[in-house]
Amino acid sequence: MYDTVIIGAGMSGLAAGIRLAYYDQRVCIVERHKSIGGLNSFYRLHGRNFDVGLHAVTNYAPRGNRQGPLGRLLRQLRLAWEDLALAPQRGSSIVFPGATLEFDNDFEVFRSEVHRHFPAERDRFERFLAEMADYDQLGQSATRCSAREVIGRFLRDPLLVEMIFCPLLFYGGSRERDMDFGQFSVLFRSIFLEGLARPLAGIRLILRKLVRKFLEFGGELRLRAGVRRICVRDGNAEKLVLDDGTELAARRILSSAGWRETMRLCDEAPSQVLLPPGQLSFVESISVLDTQPQLLGLDRTVVFFNDSPEFHYARPDDLADLRSGVICSPNNFCYDEPLAEGIVRITALANFDRWAALDPPSYRLEKLRWYDKIVASAVRFVPDFRGAVVDTDVFTPRTIQRFTGHDNGAVYGAAEKRYDGTTHLRNLFICGTDQGLVGIIGSILSGITIANRYFLKG
Amino acid sequence: MTPAEIREAILDILSDIAPDEDLSRLEPDVPFRDQLDMDSMDFLDIVMELRKRYRIQIPEEDYPALASVTSTIAYLEPRMKDVPKK
Repeated sequence: MYDTVIIGAGMSGLAAGIRLAYYDQRVCIVERHKSIGGLNSFYRLHGRNFDVGLHAVTNYAPRGNRQGPLGRLLRQLRLAWEDLALAPQRGSSIVFPGATLEFDNDFEVFRSEVHRHFPAERDRFERFLAEMADYDQLGQSATRCSAREVIGRFLRDPLLVEMIFCPLLFYGGSRERDMDFGQFSVLFRSIFLEGLARPLAGIRLILRKLVRKFLEFGGELRLRAGVRRICVRDGNAEKLVLDDGTELAARRILSSAGWRETMRLCDEAPSQVLLPPGQLSFVESISVLDTQPQLLGLDRTVVFFNDSPEFHYARPDDLADLRSGVICSPNNFCYDEPLAEGIVRITALANFDRWAALDPPSYRLEKLRWYDKIVASAVRFVPDFRGAVVDTDVFTPRTIQRFTGHDNGAVYGAAEKRYDGTTHLRNLFICGTDQGLVGIIGSILSGITIANRYFLKG
Repeated sequence: MTPAEIREAILDILSDIAPDEDLSRLEPDVPFRDQLDMDSMDFLDIVMELRKRYRIQIPEEDYPALASVTSTIAYLEPRMKDVPKK
């Protein structure tokens, strides 16, 4: 009998596992995939390492800063600041027709950019910042009200509103066009007020640190161990049955598999608990270059681009949406030594159903076609790097589904969130994306807060 | 454990939870939250560390008793008098 079984060895499951194992619970993490990480994982192709989810770690804070989300999670997981080896970004841009806003990890840069490009909005933008400063940073009191509505009370220029929403939606928007104001304020802080960073070795370094802590504290990890069923009796989750028939008895279960995905595992889940599935997924073109991108003039860390005044954050009808995207070069962080090769990743909105319907030859062909289209779209906004490309890959909504298990390959999970983490069963809780916190830091904090509240207290 | 030993145990826990703080200047009667940079997650860890190290179970409604060094010692003294020092 385990004290706790955790479903999913992504960021949130690992973080929760560390907390529970450290405080002497008998805890087991079961992971369907052959490797850990969930959305934020990695793979090897042509002798190279590729990351899946991570462009950057948000909520950057320098060493010694204890108050923000980063300091808090380091303390909670008994990690040292040095463990994550975070190198801050060089600087990023939001590019729309007729306006570019630069930002880096010094918020004053973004503030002065807004003042300069939108002088009429200056005072209203400041009042909006004051409102954000008052907001609960963990998203625990996350109000289910439209962020568009709240921002609309402060800002009048629709272009500025779209430019602020663009990075936040791309890095955490689980539904089309809008998000809850609570999530908006968490994302605004994590990207603009605190900022972006990355370890030289990418996501695998963070995963390695987390899994090592978990095992060191006595946790048990089972890979290739998908859950087939959660057996229910008298309002309690009694045991789990794995795909291979193994049964695991647990006092409590914490699932990071997603809300709908978890409900489906339960015997007799009431139908009204089925939140609508997410519709938003991404396709990403990855280019390996024979030079450092900055030598080609591509020196920004992340470029969020959109080619029309309005930003359409929605599931496209076509395989992908070429009007907007995110260009990230993992080379453009302030490391002590450069990455061995240049890498440019370009993310665009994509339609899961269209990709899922392709037969294997068409799927391979469309990956090649859309690699070309997406890169051609992106070089309207950054220097053309195509002459330096030595290797490519594309990941699609199908890849995201394979790594996350989410319905529709929904990158940020269900459209509506379950902020309190409870379910219809007394001893089953959820954490991770569908609890409402996204990104590396958000997911880790989700695992910590749910573990603290329901698995450690009392 | 004696009150002095309990005090040592509390300081030891604090130094693990808040390694950057200078605990030599900790005022015993001033609430932790007014002199240390700690949040509710850190307070939970004081409770959890007491459970992990000394098997002391503290119900959630008693958490406010752990506000300062003095109040924590007063709360723990009857509960830890038979607990051996580590």
